[in-house]
Amino acid sequence: MSTQPDTSGLNSHAVTLREPRRLDSEKIRADFPILHQRIGGHPLVYLDNAATTQKPREVINAIIEYYRKLNANIHRGLHTLSERSTEAYEHTREHVAQFIGGVKPHEVIFTGGTTDSINLVAYTWAEQNVKAGDEILITQMEHHANLVPWVKLAERKQAVLRQIPITICGHLDLSSIDELINRRTKLLAITHMSNVLGTVPPVAELAEKAHKVGAIVLGDGAQAAPHMPVNVLELGVDFYAFSAHKMLGPTGVGILWGREELLERMPPFILGGEMISQVHFDKVTWAELPNKFEGGTPNIADVVAFDAALHYLDNLGMDAVRRREIELTQYALDKLSAIEGIDIQGPMDAAQRGGAISFTDSQLHPHDISTWLDSKGIAIRAGHHCAQPLMRLMGKVATARASVYIYNTKAEIDYLANMLKEMRSYFGL
Amino acid sequence: MSGSLDDMYREIILDHYRSPRGNKPIGRIDITSAGSNPSCGDELNLELEIEDEKVKDVHVDCRGCAISVASGSMLAELVKGKSIDEVKRTAEAVRRMLKGEHADLPEDSEDLEALQGVRNFPVRVKCALLAWVTFIQGIKNWEAGTITNKTTSTENTE
Repeated sequence: MSTQPDTSGLNSHAVTLREPRRLDSEKIRADFPILHQRIGGHPLVYLDNAATTQKPREVINAIIEYYRKLNANIHRGLHTLSERSTEAYEHTREHVAQFIGGVKPHEVIFTGGTTDSINLVAYTWAEQNVKAGDEILITQMEHHANLVPWVKLAERKQAVLRQIPITICGHLDLSSIDELINRRTKLLAITHMSNVLGTVPPVAELAEKAHKVGAIVLGDGAQAAPHMPVNVLELGVDFYAFSAHKMLGPTGVGILWGREELLERMPPFILGGEMISQVHFDKVTWAELPNKFEGGTPNIADVVAFDAALHYLDNLGMDAVRRREIELTQYALDKLSAIEGIDIQGPMDAAQRGGAISFTDSQLHPHDISTWLDSKGIAIRAGHHCAQPLMRLMGKVATARASVYIYNTKAEIDYLANMLKEMRSYFGL
Repeated sequence: MSGSLDDMYREIILDHYRSPRGNKPIGRIDITSAGSNPSCGDELNLELEIEDEKVKDVHVDCRGCAISVASGSMLAELVKGKSIDEVKRTAEAVRRMLKGEHADLPEDSEDLEALQGVRNFPVRVKCALLAWVTFIQGIKNWEAGTITNKTTSTENTE
């Protein structure tokens, strides 16, 4: 990978298309300063990528460079710095539009994160369009971010929240889908990749069914967008939400993509500066897209730095990213499932899932697993992963979760597997 | 993490974890109290039989990590047969000990000292606290004559 960009690098990252190729994890690792440290005397093995990914030097430098050379508020100052920061900010918007399949840049709204993006839809489009008796359809494997807003919406509107069930293998059970998607269905809100099971549901197929009954489809791409090529137009969704920090970018930046004709008709969510056209004491008119949905000073520096993350992913190629992750995930699934007492949740075929691998030990609580692995330098997540209904369905209070990304290696997976074995003997199992 | 793993997972703790005391249902239930740490998924139900202002019997049902189970097991062992006043003091002392404050632990509680190692693992202190805080809440409700379905948590407290 290239080393640090200068300020011009903030603005002009051309998208390069390349054939899927093999990624060299060792070379990639060199770009991530945080990975080169010891935790408790052991080399850090970072396997909590579904929670947040680490940042390459290019992204870290972009944040520094922004504050060193560009910082000014956007869209209002008539001075040079304001023009430059506006240009950099808008450049990321164009880059995002390209990254998710070549949509219109003004359909890309910057938010604080995936949760923010989904709440925006819940409090604007859904607030206007969902009525008593209408149905909102989700799946049983949603993250709370794509669940709680709909539970509360259903309460407010006396609408009905229904769920597509999951099979014992962690796939969607589509046996009654033609009843679940019906003329009362107003919205299908569905994850594009489960943060617990790794499952990749057939979103395109379900979106087509939903559209036939006149429903709107929201895809939760928090886990999918970082790990596979995403084309929202081919996916056929109407809204798509994801977060920068899970794909090498800074925290505090989310994206909501929405179809123009829907966004145009929606009222704004956050009211204040930046999102207005005319303000009088008795009347206010809204700004055009996308500003209508970006009230207040946005997270300019992090949006600008997100461009460097997208550029990094473009250079690798999302096809290559996906290919590498299938390879690593399958390796991990095979290694971990071979350990006595360790039980993996979710599909066992990496080609049908992402790299978040939830597992449990027949005897040990996930927190003991996590603490023990941490003492060996391994960072995983333990808990309910913001998916309590799914945990209940699985009959678990919590799981341990190891999740891989482009900089992880097979040697790290071997180390994880060995440490799990050592842990079991430590606890006398 | 600042402590050694063996400081936390002492043999005594692992022993309580593998064979928790007080895990059998009891005959009469005078006090019930539920605790949970939602972010961990630890859940603990406590039942007490009270006779003559004493804890006659105790049942601790904990679905949680080694630390929360062991801590609940130690509680069961310690409170049985003791007066309410006595166990209230003990529970308060354990709470203080886990929070790193000065605490006078009862003399028959050397197992409890093994829990001290948890203090070096700040995110796990709430696991060790769960049983004791749930117990204190149960006694409070009983003394106030209130029956509550509210679940006690040691997360985001103080």
